[in-house]
Amino acid sequence: MEAHYWWIIGGVLFVLLNTAAGLIWLERRMLALWQDRYGPNRAGPFGILIVLADTLKLFFKEDWIPPFADKVVFVFAPAVVVASVLMAFAVVPFGPGIVVADMNIGILFFLAMSSLGVYSIVLGGWASNNKYALLGAMRGASQMISYEVFMGLALMGTVILSGTFNLGEIVEAQKGMWYIFPQLLGFVIFFIAGIAETHRLPFDIPEAESELVAGFHSEYSGMKFGMFFIGEYLGITLISSMIVTLYFGGWLGPAFLPGVIWFVIKTFVFIMVFILLRASMPRPRYDQLMEYGWKVLFPLSLLNLLGTAAIKLIIDK
Amino acid sequence: MGIAFYIAAAVAVLSTIMVITRFNIMHALLYFIVSLLSVAVVFYLYGAPFMAALELIIYAGAIMVLIIFFVMMLNLGSQTAGEERSWMTPGVWIGPSVLCLVLLGELVYLMLQPGDLSGDVRVVDPKEVGKSLFGPYILAVELAGMLLMAGIVGAYHLGRQKKKIVHRFLQNAES
Amino acid sequence: MFSLLRSMWLVFLHMFHKRETYQYPEEKAPLPARWRGRIALTRDPDGGERCVGCYLCAAACPVDCISLQAAEAPDGRRYPGFFRINFSRCIFCGFCEEACPTYAIQLLPDFEMAEYDRQNLVYEKEDLLINSQGKYPGYNYYRVAGMAISGKEKGEAQREEPPVNVRSLLP
Repeated sequence: MEAHYWWIIGGVLFVLLNTAAGLIWLERRMLALWQDRYGPNRAGPFGILIVLADTLKLFFKEDWIPPFADKVVFVFAPAVVVASVLMAFAVVPFGPGIVVADMNIGILFFLAMSSLGVYSIVLGGWASNNKYALLGAMRGASQMISYEVFMGLALMGTVILSGTFNLGEIVEAQKGMWYIFPQLLGFVIFFIAGIAETHRLPFDIPEAESELVAGFHSEYSGMKFGMFFIGEYLGITLISSMIVTLYFGGWLGPAFLPGVIWFVIKTFVFIMVFILLRASMPRPRYDQLMEYGWKVLFPLSLLNLLGTAAIKLIIDK
Repeated sequence: MGIAFYIAAAVAVLSTIMVITRFNIMHALLYFIVSLLSVAVVFYLYGAPFMAALELIIYAGAIMVLIIFFVMMLNLGSQTAGEERSWMTPGVWIGPSVLCLVLLGELVYLMLQPGDLSGDVRVVDPKEVGKSLFGPYILAVELAGMLLMAGIVGAYHLGRQKKKIVHRFLQNAES
Repeated sequence: MFSLLRSMWLVFLHMFHKRETYQYPEEKAPLPARWRGRIALTRDPDGGERCVGCYLCAAACPVDCISLQAAEAPDGRRYPGFFRINFSRCIFCGFCEEACPTYAIQLLPDFEMAEYDRQNLVYEKEDLLINSQGKYPGYNYYRVAGMAISGKEKGEAQREEPPVNVRSLLP
């Protein structure tokens, strides 16, 4: 392997982990801004050193494994979420030529990795041997499995339009027009499914702190909890960057800025939308979420797929 | 690629053995997932990336999660592990394992035969898979579709509930 | 669906609203005059202690954090020999203030009394007694009560008739 390849891997890892840590600060500041507060503003300029303080605190907290837990699985579960999300980033094209693995099955790989992420919730909840954790794990498993279906189906619209699974080629195919315009419905479904997939706040029923203590990670402490935390923020970043890649033209943009900068700007806009959703949405009930998924989003995504394919056929004729 | 294949294959074999010998069903399922993942790696190495991704999404990502989901709800604890242990007597496992050893010997013999087993790998990209699925194998796809349709109809029938009466005051009004 | 978008937009607009936070250590929050904060023992306008050691505050206290011992000065004024409030137990309910017949014990608008050592939260009389009349300026218990102390005989208090000599009432 050539040297620049290692540079890309190292750079991507460095940027991603720092982004995930920085999102702690960003989320708290933005939430505060939207709730007419200040948020952390003491340590360092604009309180940015809260990231350092939080990380140090997580490292030095007591790392407690409950005696009633299944030890091996308990330790193993938090690693799964971070590993699977970081693996999924391997296929995301950050800029022209800046991609870790230029696979021709990029989208499928992303779907596979996000489906492996379910295990961290299920195993974490099961290994905790705690009724709230188990309830959270069950909710998480059924929610994520169902929403994966619509996520995959919504993605297929862009695959039909571009004719490839390769994310880099999908971005290249958006030179004329971003796919948000022909695939608006697909984008909306993908976005909702993405929120459910990262179990972010309107759909955070696996952890639902007002009913299930902290859901699947009730028993976790110290850096194991931190891994779940980082996994969640990495998941937000992943879904945002996938949205940008698939529907908003990835690194494409006016030429006065390099492609990577455009990609980062667009991704951060979507991260902001995620945080705004957290600030403004109430949590739906569990059965409402499943009903909404299977009775509304599933037919809609099938319709979207059918319509896109039909139009594509007619135009190509 | 040779080394990568042997590592993945060894992981697959070892984890499958672990699946059979674990007494705790959850651990057995976890090893089964590892086995599926390593099989996916083997697929990828031998030029079937589409197959590898599908193996991950469908088997490891969906079916195994569902199985774990149900096992989780059954709440099998250390008690059932003890039961399993008591069932696992040498008389039970010696017969199948001797048969398996015979099969393994045959397989090794076949692999050692000089032949074109290690022919060069041709990568089958998703487009080709799709073209062959909707070309020569269209009948199989349609049959699978029919089967799934039957499954959906059956699931709908099983999952349908009578109208629930949410309050005793409504009992007479709506019956 | 539309209402969801609308609520997102409304929350987004909060970005441009004024922030409600007081930047506390630099910027103090305005406390209302009746804020139930630090407990203090106040003084008369002439500088004497108001507390007469009647134990009503200690009896009213729901968490039993007040303890005191009454004593009497040679001039006839009663005062607490010691007066101790354990602020690690105090719940700042203000019952002691309501129970006090002489306006001596008062809850003042001040909450900055955190300590690193729990023992430092036990306030003695010298910590509690302040050189002020608190919320009731001009009130002097012994000036309105019919009790005789040195310098003021019975009947010399405000709005008080001189005591009637019962023997003069003979028919």
